[in-house]
Order: sequence, then structure tokens, then C-alpha cells
Amino acid sequence: MSILVGKNTRLLVQGITGREGSFHTARCMEYGTNVVAGVTPGRGGQTFEDSVPVFDTVRQAVQETGANTSLIFVPPAFAADALVEAVDGGIETVISITEGIPVLDSVKVVDYVKRSSATLVGPNCPGVISPGGKAKVGIMPGHVYAPGRVGVVSRSGTLTYEAVGQLTPIGIGQSTCVGIGGDPVSGSGFVEMLRMFEDDPETDAIVLIGEIGGTKEQEAAEFISSEVSKPVAALIVGRSAPPGRRMGHAGAIITGSAGLASEKVKALEAAGAITIPTPADIGTTTRDILATL
Amino acid sequence: MKLHEYQAKELLARAGVPIPKGGVAYTVDEARAQATELGGSVVVKAQVHAGGRGKGGGVKLVTTPDEAAHVASALLGSQLVTPQTGPEGVPVGSVLIEETIDIACELYLAMLVDGGMGLPIVMVSEAGGMDIEKVAEETPEKILREPIDPALGLMPYQSRKLAAGLGLKGDTLKAFSKVVASLHRAFTDNDCSLAEINPLVITGDGSVIAADAKITIDDDALFRHRDLSEMYDPAQDLPIEVTAREHGMSYVKLDGDVGCLVNGAGLAMATMDVTVAAGAAPANFLDVGGGADEEKVAQAVTIIMSDPGVKRVLINIFGGILRCDVVARGVLLAAERSQTPVPPMAVRMLGTNAQEGRAILDASDLNVTLVDDFAGATAAIREMA
Repeated sequence: MSILVGKNTRLLVQGITGREGSFHTARCMEYGTNVVAGVTPGRGGQTFEDSVPVFDTVRQAVQETGANTSLIFVPPAFAADALVEAVDGGIETVISITEGIPVLDSVKVVDYVKRSSATLVGPNCPGVISPGGKAKVGIMPGHVYAPGRVGVVSRSGTLTYEAVGQLTPIGIGQSTCVGIGGDPVSGSGFVEMLRMFEDDPETDAIVLIGEIGGTKEQEAAEFISSEVSKPVAALIVGRSAPPGRRMGHAGAIITGSAGLASEKVKALEAAGAITIPTPADIGTTTRDILATL
Repeated sequence: MKLHEYQAKELLARAGVPIPKGGVAYTVDEARAQATELGGSVVVKAQVHAGGRGKGGGVKLVTTPDEAAHVASALLGSQLVTPQTGPEGVPVGSVLIEETIDIACELYLAMLVDGGMGLPIVMVSEAGGMDIEKVAEETPEKILREPIDPALGLMPYQSRKLAAGLGLKGDTLKAFSKVVASLHRAFTDNDCSLAEINPLVITGDGSVIAADAKITIDDDALFRHRDLSEMYDPAQDLPIEVTAREHGMSYVKLDGDVGCLVNGAGLAMATMDVTVAAGAAPANFLDVGGGADEEKVAQAVTIIMSDPGVKRVLINIFGGILRCDVVARGVLLAAERSQTPVPPMAVRMLGTNAQEGRAILDASDLNVTLVDDFAGATAAIREMA
């Protein structure tokens, strides 16, 4: 078992023939992901890498191949359309890599997804990987991951690779690693991921990596204190960032005291999460937690 | 992207928000002419992106066109220091000359995207003219919020509800509601991430007018607003940040001496934190991005080295799409082009082609310390001090 993606994933890639889309689809296939279809409007009838049929619409792709998960590389100007098309086409899990979607577009899409039964991860995220199920649905470097029983959820891409890069070499494998994305408005948050990890019988502990800005970590803390029985190790980055300056991610900007790293750490500690003191301690803190189980 | 007050008011007026009579002036003569047209009694406001202008002497009431010209000549071309700028201040390239208004009451009105709710909200407060962050901390009950359904848009009753919450009545309630609707239109039409009117003034005769305005446009939406892109005033940003922006990099200048080159915003913040934990201070935040090539990496290194405060450099790359050998070649390219001595560097490379990248740097004649992890980076930062 795992969350969001796994051995039952039948992947559709929207924007499969683009530069990013084609490169990463090939990497996902190498990893073992079951890529069943691609969508690029106007390219219906073609084949990707001699094995994956390309369709004009998501509806056609789902009908023909039974795709249940979509990975989206469509450029920002057209991404909102692609996301809604995925949900309307019957996709259950929509994962959007696209970075730079206008926030008012995201607002509409996220609202639409909330009223459906689909789950949205992203936008502006590295995707989701379940090493045990050989399902890599995103742009992460697959070789750093290993199957295991720790769930990782983060707002960041490369920092997640860093976290896993500290876990795998000391023998700590992962059930699923999810990047929820760095935008101020996005689909699933920490809370949804924590709920899934809590319910996943193959996850023993959770590593949560947050950032300055917004209140997503405080919401996570509230949920942890009431609903999560599994141990949570939490790291917040951006302690050294000055207020009012956007640190790359549109969401990573301190406005008001709730956005401060110290406030987030305080909330998570009060909720019973174990603080990872610095980014260098992700592996060791997690190992210490697992030792107590 | 931040707009100047006069630009923000232009967008608001276009959507139907009442603003004071007046106009922008780039020269002393233009300032005098504007003031003459308005009858002499005017307010002269320095156009800078920083807040706290009043406290910094950037807003002056005058009674004659000559006085207006005098104030304008002092402001134009000067560096305005406010509580929100650094000690060096920000350049004043223009002033806004406006009629004075008869203030009975000052309100706060803003629209922004609330990340927690994932929705745009309208925010109002009776505590106009004050720092809204402070109001939120000290008297949160004085702030009223109304979330907007993205499918429905702002419904007229929501504006009336906010007006009634502020204790407004009669024609003023109606006028205020109209302003909220206009603000909503300006916000959505221009893809704002923030549109703030503070203060929104109720005049002695009960009409409503935007005395000050601040708008930030969503950078990610600029591709569909070419007209707004042209409103960008690079003079308001540090030249080094403007250069980084032109190269498609995310760079924020900080005060320390450790230049940081990282791929990914989260890892860049983590690297800054590790630098601080090592007892040093980062000179910058820099995310070189996932799709960087050799040239872009070289530009990034050049930008870092152009900061005279940088005495040592920390490079932290987790190769994914971005290959470590590309980074190494980019660093060498920047070193070759550099007219000044290249500072010592601590380099950590993991992931795609890390071995190749490390070998390239190792074979170079640069002062490079290769490290494996954050602990190694910490030691190297200390050694380079």
C-alpha cells in the first residue's frame, strides 16, 4: 500500500509531447510507472515512444485506456483548462507540475476540484512517488528513493530530494513522498496528506517539511493534535528569511507573525510533532523516532 | 509586481472607484502646473514602492503652487528613507499632486487572495490609515472579512454586509458598496494579488474616496497583461535584483557575506538556514531554477559575485533536471569572465552527474572545497571565514 499513487496507477500524461512532458514521461516509464496514455490536442492517433497512445481529449484517453491518474505539464496559460478537463474526464488523482499558473486561475480550479470527487496535488509541485509500487508520477530523481514505511510530505521539490537523500542511505525507505507545491493556492494540503498517511497501514511515521508564509503548517498542527496517532517529524525552513520578501515560492513570504518559522515550529511542537532542528538533521531525527516504535 | 500609487489609482478609477483630482509629475514645472490647476492647496506625494512615506517626509501638504514646486524639487531625484526601506532609501522619480480632501472618517478596504481559504477575500476595517498588520495583531475584531465564491464573484449583498458591519448608513452605505464592487472589478480584471485602499475616506458630505492605494499584480499573470508589464519601475528595485529578474532567476539580496547558489526555493531556504546555524549570514537567496543551462549558471555566479558584500560562496545543488556537470561548467565560465578575484567556494553536489561536476571543479584552479552534506558545508563555511 501507499497513498495517491501505487501499483494500481494507470497514468495519463497531459502535455506528453512537449519538451518537459516527453522527457519526464520517459523517466517515469523507466522507473516502472504504468503510463497508459498521453493527451496533446491535435496529436490524437500518434504514439509516444512506440508504446503510449496519444489522444486529443482526456475523455477519449480515459474511455480507451482506463487511465485513473493524470500528470500535467501543460504551460501555465493553458493549465487551468487542462486541470478541469482532467477532473471532468473522470480522472481520480490529478497531479500538476506546471509552475507559474496565475493565482486567480488556481482559485477557480481548486474550487472546482473541491466540488468534485477528484484529488488535486499541486500545482507547482514535484509530484508523487511510491517506491514500493514502482509508481513515479512527477519530476523527482527516482534513484534516491527506496521502498519503506516512512511517508514524506513537503511544499518543496529539491528539499524533498534532500530529505530522502538523508533517509535512504541510513536504511529508511519511503511508502510515498508527496510534494504539495509552493503556490499560495493549491489543491491538497498537509492535512489531506496527513489523513491519508494516518490511514495507510504501510506508513509508520511521517516527515513533514514546511516553509515560512501562509498558515498551512498551523492547519497541519491542528490536525496532528486531534487526528494523527503516528509520529510526525517536522522541519520548517526559512528561519533566516526577512519578512515581506518572497523567497522564490509565491507562497513563501512572511506577512504577519503567523508566517514566521518560529510560530509554525511552536504550533507543530504543541501538537506533539517532533521538531527537526536543522535541515541537516532530517535523517537522524527520523531514525530516532523510528527507534522508539 | 508592485505599482506606484498613481498607477494603482488609475486602475481603480478605470473600474469606477472615486479618486482625488490630480496627476503625476516628473519635473518641478509639471508639479507647479498640476498644483496651479488644482487651486494651489494640494498634497505632494513621493511615488515610491515602500510604505511609511508620511513618516519619511514623502507626503507634504502645501497651500500654493510655489510651495508645491519647492517640495517637488526637494523630493524628485532624492532617496526617500522610510521605516520600511533600508538606510539607503528608495529613489523618487515622480510625485503625485492631488487636491486635499475633507476627511470625516478613514476606513480600510482591501482585496487579496487568502491562501488558507484558497479564495479571494474582501477585508475592511474601521481602523483606516493605520498599519493593517498591527490592527490584525492588536484588535483583530476590528477587521471584517468576506470570502468570494469564485463561481459567483462578489455578490452585491456582501458589500452591503461589510458596510453595515462598519456602521455605515444611507447614501454612504450605498456609495461604499459601490466602491467595493469597483475594487472587485479592478482586482479581477488586472489579476491583482493585492489591491488595498488605505485610507478610504468618508468626506464631510458623506461621499467615499480613495485617498491612498496600493496594488500588487500577480507576476504569473503578466503574460496576459502587456499594458501592466509596462508599468514596472525597475528603479524601485535593487539593480542586482533587476538583473536576476531579467535572467529569469529568483534572487533576494540579504545582508551577510556568504553568497548562496542553490536549485529550488525550499532547498535555497534550507541552505540559508544552515549558513546561519554555522554562525555566518547569507548574502542572498538565489534559486537558479530547474531548467538552467551553463550560461544561466554562469550568470547566477556573476550576479552573486557582483555583490561587494560576498566574501565566500556556498553552492548547494541537488541534481535532478539540472545536471551537476552543467553547474560546474557554469561556475568555471563565470570565473573565467570575472575581472575580480573569485572568492573561495564550498560546493556540495548530489544527484544527476554529481561525480562529473565534482571532478570538473576539483581539476580547476579555483579555491573550491567539495563537501558531501550539510555538516561538511557548515565546517567549510567556518573555514572560509
